[in-house]
Amino acid sequence: MSEKILELKNISKSFSNLIANDSVDFDLKKGEIHALLGENGAGKTTLMNILYGIYKPDAGEIFLDGKKIVISSPRDAIENGIGMIQQHFSLVPSFSVVQNVALGLKEMGIIPDLSKIRKKIIELSDRYKISVEPDAKIWQLSAGEQQRVEIIKLLYVKSKIMILDEPTAILTPQEAKGLFETIKEMTANEASVIFISHKLKEVLEISDRVTVLRHGRVIGTVETKETNENDLARMMVGRDVVLKTDKKPSHPSKPILEIENIHVMGDKGIEAVRGVSLEVRGGEILGIAGVEGNGQRELGEAIYGLRNYTGNIFINGSKVRPGNVLERIKNHVAYIPQDRKADALCGGLPVYKNLFMKAFSSPIFSFNPYFFYPEKLKEPSEKVVKEFSIATSSVDQEVKFLSGGNMQKVVLAREIKSHPKLIIAVHPTRGLDVGAEEFVYNVLLAQKEKGTAILLIAGDLYEIFNLSDRVGVLYEGQIIGYSEPDESHIEEIGLMMAGVKK
Amino acid sequence: MNDIVISTFSGAIRAGTPLLFATLGEILAERSGVLNLGLEGMMLMGAFTGFSISYITGNLWLAVLAAVLIGGLMASLHAFMSITLRINQVVSGLALVFLGQGLSGFWGNAYVGMQANSFQNLKIPLLGDIPYIGPVIFDRDVLVYIGYISVPVIWWFLYKTTAGMNLRAVGEAPDAADARGINVILTRYVYTIIGGFFSGLAGAYISLAYTPMWVQNMTAGRGWIAVALVIFAIWDPVIALIGAYAFGGISVLQFSFQILQVPIPVNIMNMFPYIFTVFVMLFASSNRIKKLFGAPTALGIPYSREEKT
Repeated sequence: MSEKILELKNISKSFSNLIANDSVDFDLKKGEIHALLGENGAGKTTLMNILYGIYKPDAGEIFLDGKKIVISSPRDAIENGIGMIQQHFSLVPSFSVVQNVALGLKEMGIIPDLSKIRKKIIELSDRYKISVEPDAKIWQLSAGEQQRVEIIKLLYVKSKIMILDEPTAILTPQEAKGLFETIKEMTANEASVIFISHKLKEVLEISDRVTVLRHGRVIGTVETKETNENDLARMMVGRDVVLKTDKKPSHPSKPILEIENIHVMGDKGIEAVRGVSLEVRGGEILGIAGVEGNGQRELGEAIYGLRNYTGNIFINGSKVRPGNVLERIKNHVAYIPQDRKADALCGGLPVYKNLFMKAFSSPIFSFNPYFFYPEKLKEPSEKVVKEFSIATSSVDQEVKFLSGGNMQKVVLAREIKSHPKLIIAVHPTRGLDVGAEEFVYNVLLAQKEKGTAILLIAGDLYEIFNLSDRVGVLYEGQIIGYSEPDESHIEEIGLMMAGVKK
Repeated sequence: MNDIVISTFSGAIRAGTPLLFATLGEILAERSGVLNLGLEGMMLMGAFTGFSISYITGNLWLAVLAAVLIGGLMASLHAFMSITLRINQVVSGLALVFLGQGLSGFWGNAYVGMQANSFQNLKIPLLGDIPYIGPVIFDRDVLVYIGYISVPVIWWFLYKTTAGMNLRAVGEAPDAADARGINVILTRYVYTIIGGFFSGLAGAYISLAYTPMWVQNMTAGRGWIAVALVIFAIWDPVIALIGAYAFGGISVLQFSFQILQVPIPVNIMNMFPYIFTVFVMLFASSNRIKKLFGAPTALGIPYSREEKT
């Protein structure tokens, strides 16, 4: 096969006490698509950020075309022909597409010749069949369109090595297909691509070779042709993985959550939820799918009373008021927000206080009507920690020192222990490893068995397929349609995620 | 009556010029993402330095240069604290105000009531003879003319040049700018210090042209008005010009009102610019308006490549 154009040798990097990369070796051949596979937190992005000059490695060397190079800033990387599309796009929202492409280009001189750049963008978009509107402002574009702008940026500077960090996370299945075609077109034109992902299926579909990272170490590099889903999963997780959950048919009882035509404002002052009505019954899981940024977060927050809304929400038949969280807690509503560190936990408080945070006002814990004795919470906390197998040195440990999975277990434990009738879970497994993911799934499924109503808002379609009994698709703040949570409906769900009505 | 109209408008431009300089400088700093609330302190030090150098040497241009440099020096202190050490920018900016007030008060004590060389009006031929417009706009001192020129130059720089585009990118999306190889830290240093230059110049205008003498605390809160004007101007130099002269106009209105014997107590009229500032802030400080009109998104947030939230 063709020669290696890039080699990373012995790269190590640690952040305070966390080792993100431990003597990692990685190489890239000319014209190949090399997937970097691993769970969240395995060190994939860290490794690529080192290659792109965003992080400084603690140790290790980088060779380009056999020559040793030092990359200490993105500028060095760009000059060496390395381009990266980060998970959070590097775009200036108030700038036009042309301005974003022009930004930082060496050829620009004192006064940029934007018309020349515009012309070249149109050329590139014709040649690679990537449709972009050169004069549109970035903030007007969807996530998929923004990604195409990032690709144009790489093509414009003729990057030889292109790093794509989880590029399909924000795409509909159809858009992902289009992206794969573009990537193949790029490699046909001499570029080499590093494709970061934690999704086995797409890695198998797109790549020539796969390198698997686990806990910052390389587990192995294999030819894609010679491997399969189970082998890769085993390399990634370190043990056999049950990819299917044990989902039992639902026996829905009476409606627990009823929403009538709610409208919710987003942070930008634009309506994020535009007239959603839905119903979740006891003992069923309703999955809400959709590309991120279509009102998921706002919907979850409105239902839990964290955000104002107009319209009606009934919990267990009684109407609740907008913006009143206490009312939800009293009605046994549990909430698992998408940003657990910011919205669900208090990092500086010990585990036991976090566990009982929601119960502080309830009579069980008011041992005295005037004073509050947190010490008395420790014993029950220890039981909960055992029950949920939360890995912590003690219940006095501050929550911010726990791993993401254990943080989420603290959240789950607290919410489940409040004996919920309704659970609102927003991206409940985001950033968790497979073990913790399984745990979350099992807890939610067990709750469903008990007759709890669950609203599951998630971006990952497989998560929705694994858990939910019905699936609704949220598009631009509206439920555009419902479907069966089954892989055979993926085409239909994908179309709805892109806004095509049934 | 004609005299009153002319004197009101020319007064507006005189009083507005220091506001304009300070506002333009702060626009540049804030566009790079650095909030510098220390305008009042930098202006005071500019005013003091300008006056004392003019008093000692008699050289006006040397005095202006020294004032500009002292503003830049103080801004570089703010830059070091807020960009390199990543101290809260509000706290660091407030520190500059107290520093300026303290130092200028301490050193300035000896100069109270003294007089120094000051800028005289320089009538532009032909243009200066146009009725009404001539005396108001074209019969002024040199610094006012520099103010006129600064506005289109800065506008052109911000929107038409590569460096201006980089500057805006750094204030809007520092990580995006960084990923394109633009030096975020350097950019922020440069424009924070340039902002300081302008504040120093604004101070020099006050002590060398507007009221050519030294009075303790003579900037009288103009630095704060300029901070408000930046928001009023939605970070745009052209609106800054309108805003600065409008505020200047409000602050000289009292003199015209007195001549016209409008029955409003002088003390109330003295409050006009400040009351107006409060209203501007009330209107503009709502997050929604900032987002609608495009405040630099990264304003006030220190940047660090390896620490992302």
